[in-house]
Amino acid sequence: MILDGGNMTDAPSTNNSAGAVLSFDHMSMTFPDGTRALDDVSFSIRPGEFVTVVGPSGCGKSTLLRIASNLEKNTSGHCEVDRGSIGFVFQDATLMPWRTVRRNVELIAELHKMEKAERAKACTEAIELVGLSGFEDKYPRQLSGGMKMRASLARSLMMKPKVFLFDEPFGALDEITRERLNDELLRLFQHEGFAGLFITHSITEAVYMSTKVLVMSSRPGRITDVFDVPFTYPRTHDLRYEPEFAELCGQVSHALRGAHQ
Amino acid sequence: MSILQGSTAHVPLDPATPPSARLDDVAPDAPDKSRASDLIGPLVTFCLFIGVWYLVSMVLLPPHKRFLLPPPHRVISEGFFVWRGGERRGLQPILLSLWDSAKVALIGLIITILVGMALAIAMSTRRWLERATWPYLVAIQSAPILALTPLIRAIIDGTMNQRLLVVVLISIFPIVSNTLFGLLSADKSQHELFTLQGASSWTRLTKLQFPAALPNIFVGLRISAGLAVIGAVVGDFYFRQGGVVGIGAQIDVYRSRLWGPELIAAILLASALGLVVFLFFGWLAKRAVGKWHITTRGT
Repeated sequence: MILDGGNMTDAPSTNNSAGAVLSFDHMSMTFPDGTRALDDVSFSIRPGEFVTVVGPSGCGKSTLLRIASNLEKNTSGHCEVDRGSIGFVFQDATLMPWRTVRRNVELIAELHKMEKAERAKACTEAIELVGLSGFEDKYPRQLSGGMKMRASLARSLMMKPKVFLFDEPFGALDEITRERLNDELLRLFQHEGFAGLFITHSITEAVYMSTKVLVMSSRPGRITDVFDVPFTYPRTHDLRYEPEFAELCGQVSHALRGAHQ
Repeated sequence: MSILQGSTAHVPLDPATPPSARLDDVAPDAPDKSRASDLIGPLVTFCLFIGVWYLVSMVLLPPHKRFLLPPPHRVISEGFFVWRGGERRGLQPILLSLWDSAKVALIGLIITILVGMALAIAMSTRRWLERATWPYLVAIQSAPILALTPLIRAIIDGTMNQRLLVVVLISIFPIVSNTLFGLLSADKSQHELFTLQGASSWTRLTKLQFPAALPNIFVGLRISAGLAVIGAVVGDFYFRQGGVVGIGAQIDVYRSRLWGPELIAAILLASALGLVVFLFFGWLAKRAVGKWHITTRGT
């Protein structure tokens, strides 16, 4: 399903969106109460890219994802994405407490009427990919926060999305679990080859994960700075303690302060 | 990695460990054991209950009023251990009446569940319907059904139908309110997950809202089931025919004839019916949602 009547090949490409799997073009969003959430946002994500948006709380980062996934409607400009191949990972794991891990992971495929045998196979694969093998028959209340997020990831992975939207998925986790899941997610990013749009307010997380970091100002949300992240994948834990890494984090932090004024 | 240079040195984690071996700790299962000591509480209460009963019967009541509350041993010997002692005396007539009331309570409860859940589902999808119905449900819940008996008798034919109506009126509120509350309890993000997949409202109901509502539905069921028993007893108190009558009517007969032991035996058995229903729905709830819903207790 493609919104705004256009399609991906002959879309207006004012920001060089040819070949992009997701593109925002002069997009603005004003809520009915007059709050300007997003103002003239333009960027696009190509296959193999992992783009992170950092910004202060309430700056409209999440609204970006909600528009991309059609949960909200932008008020002007365009958003183009193939909605059939989006994976969405929420802030909380949104698992159904009455379903076991296996049945939770199968949920989205089930809603799309995937054939049963195929579903079971894809489910086993997805559970293995996120490292939850052996926990298939546990209920969510028996899992830790990190494991719930893994299950949530596996649920979206089953549909093999081309674009993955992450809405601060690890925000509620402790530092150690978060870093561990960052590594896991990067491994999946390389292995599965999806493009990522990641929302966070952690600068370290943003730089560690991404090919590109966008800094967003608050009220209205506007992209103020763009940083290309030069480090090659696979990235390892030690990268966080490299001077180049620290320097880039410093620049992003500086930009964020500027954006916050 | 045996020598650390300085106390602040950081030891990097070994990134080669397979992911499944690095999982965060599993949250422990909630303790789920019923111990023999759990029986002590109810036993102590039971002994206290019998003690107070003797106290009232033998000490507080003067002998000429003792028929109002005969001591436990007389209730057991005359109420429970006489099978059939003349017209309407003994255990058999009590059990027949109890069975009659239990049937009414059960049929009434089934009607209540079907009507109540259908209403709750309709109310959960239509806000105006919720607003239109809610005040009247609350009104039914607090209306003195007893005062309506002449009206019910005038409008509805057949004692069975009249008794069923009383059961439904008395027991419907908890099932509607709890089901509705449960259906509306699913998280916004869970709803959005379904929205993202373009789920129909039927799918949303069956795969999200209804399962999410189950713990609440069972709470409502339990309360409604208890009320259905009360409704049946009250109903056959007011609507009776010849032949086998309900336990409520039977109790009324014993009361008017001052048959203390039978009266108390009948009251105890009617309470036991309520208890059995309560335990049954507790057990059912545990079977249905106990695995994932922590607050379900099997008492």
